[in-house]
Amino acid sequence: MRQTCLNMVYDLAKRDERVVFAGSDLSPGLLADMKREMPDRWYMEGITEQNLIGMTAGLAKEGYIPYANTIATFITRRCYEQVAVDLCLHDLPVRLIGNGGGLVYAPLGPTHLAIEDIAIMRALPNMTVTCVCDAREMVRLMNATLDWPHPIYIRLAKGGDPVVSREELGFAIGKAIPMRRARSRRSAVLMSTGVMTTNSLAAADLLVKDGIDTSVVHFHTIKPLDKETALDFARDAELVVTVEEGIRIGGFGSAITDVLVEHLGTAAPKVKRLGLPDEFPHNYGLQDDLFDIYGLMPNQIAASVVRRCK
Amino acid sequence: MATSAEAVQIIKPATPPLDERSKYLRKLVVRTLEGGERGHVGSSMSLIEIMRVLYDDVLRYRPKEPQWRDRDRMILSKGHGCIALYVMLADKGFFPLDALDTFCRRDSILGGHPEAGKVPGVEASTGALGHGLSISVGVALAVRMQKRDSRVIVVLGDGEIDEGSVWEAAMCAAKHHLSNLTAVIDYNKVQSAGPTREIQDLEPLADKWRAFNFTTVEVDGHDVEALRAVFHSLPLVQDRPTAIICHTVKGKGIRFAENDANWHHKSKINKDVVAKLYGALEE
Repeated sequence: MRQTCLNMVYDLAKRDERVVFAGSDLSPGLLADMKREMPDRWYMEGITEQNLIGMTAGLAKEGYIPYANTIATFITRRCYEQVAVDLCLHDLPVRLIGNGGGLVYAPLGPTHLAIEDIAIMRALPNMTVTCVCDAREMVRLMNATLDWPHPIYIRLAKGGDPVVSREELGFAIGKAIPMRRARSRRSAVLMSTGVMTTNSLAAADLLVKDGIDTSVVHFHTIKPLDKETALDFARDAELVVTVEEGIRIGGFGSAITDVLVEHLGTAAPKVKRLGLPDEFPHNYGLQDDLFDIYGLMPNQIAASVVRRCK
Repeated sequence: MATSAEAVQIIKPATPPLDERSKYLRKLVVRTLEGGERGHVGSSMSLIEIMRVLYDDVLRYRPKEPQWRDRDRMILSKGHGCIALYVMLADKGFFPLDALDTFCRRDSILGGHPEAGKVPGVEASTGALGHGLSISVGVALAVRMQKRDSRVIVVLGDGEIDEGSVWEAAMCAAKHHLSNLTAVIDYNKVQSAGPTREIQDLEPLADKWRAFNFTTVEVDGHDVEALRAVFHSLPLVQDRPTAIICHTVKGKGIRFAENDANWHHKSKINKDVVAKLYGALEE
């Protein structure tokens, strides 16, 4: 997904002279072709995230579309005020590409785990927050970013993620994609974002054996949130379970429950939010190890549904 | 090592008395303070000659076409000094002088910190300190990529450059050889909490900018002729950004407010205070 995303920056840059890449101390040789062919639109700056954001704001102010890239925690936490003021207050079309969203950097420990990035990015006015589920969907997102007039946070997954998205279902920023529709409207609905959609689809398959018909709705865009689709699936559901790779406070599940409470009130279905509790992860291992610890593996997601449907 | 340009230091030993234009602009500052019944007094007064020379003699702009592509860009990074900018923009016709009377009022375009898109002539929304130089780096890169000869001037406060982000931006500007970028430091030596030498000593300040590969000069920031001479010499050295350290006086022109951190900002400016401020300008 990361490589696809960066290849798309190069592809977009070939199509549109406004596109600029700006990284913060990334891998040697990164986007080497772009650097060679368009050196004045390829920047590799030091470990200076605050400056990187201000600099891209200046470029955007003058008509460019900068794609800024570094590790997700550093492009969100480290320069939060620059993101808020330089990008969001000015409403400039800078794209923030965050490597290793969520628990990808499990072996590197909590300094590198972007657990609250969704929450803090969605709190900012004018910011668009995206979290696609695989590399194919990343291509569709990147194509859509070119003319989106606002700042965008693009959360990257680990890479090599299974492809579950389907081109025929379409793609538009801010429009959720029903990936699996239950036959009955009185059913469980999994609402998920990022690679949790992959795990949710696998969970839905497992739930068939338990006799629970489950829909899966994929929200590649967390902000602006597709309220209509969320409400359409929630309105008659017995249970809505939100699934995200991040803390529950202020995250994707919070965004969904806000909508359900505001629009459905006491008629809202039962809701369970799966995600991280209010803590920094203490373990290392692999991303899947942390998924297991926090109940985000397919069998665990399925079990959460079963417990609440009985 | 000092360059030949740096050797030509344009500092006069004593600031000449304020002339009528400098007094007039300061009266507009007081008018604005009266309108808002509040504002950054000392932080604006120290900037007047810098702003005056930039807008009277240096910058290329069109007041009725603030987004003219070939304009020079002036970013006031120390956004709290915005009254000095507002009076210049009003004086030049970017918006009517009457707008100054609405400062900080509910529906005014003129807030306590300047907002781009709201105030004609304001390039960037500033107020959170330490942002302007980075934005200016991006703007300077952009105009160079577009092969335009616009200059980018960013005005920073001395307290502001405590922020680490300023030095990130300085490294970046030098790396990219941004000779179209000039950082102007309003070195009035008093920040909100007190003298900079006590709160966060900046010295040796010129050496710091030189160490960050800026061609650096120091000038009396209230000496109009000296400021003109420096600004007309830009860029001082090709392929390098410039830093102009302007030695200024916080609250300049208001005798009882000069060098006094208590006049950094005032939130209760009543008619008596306004009368005192006007009176000081007549001394």
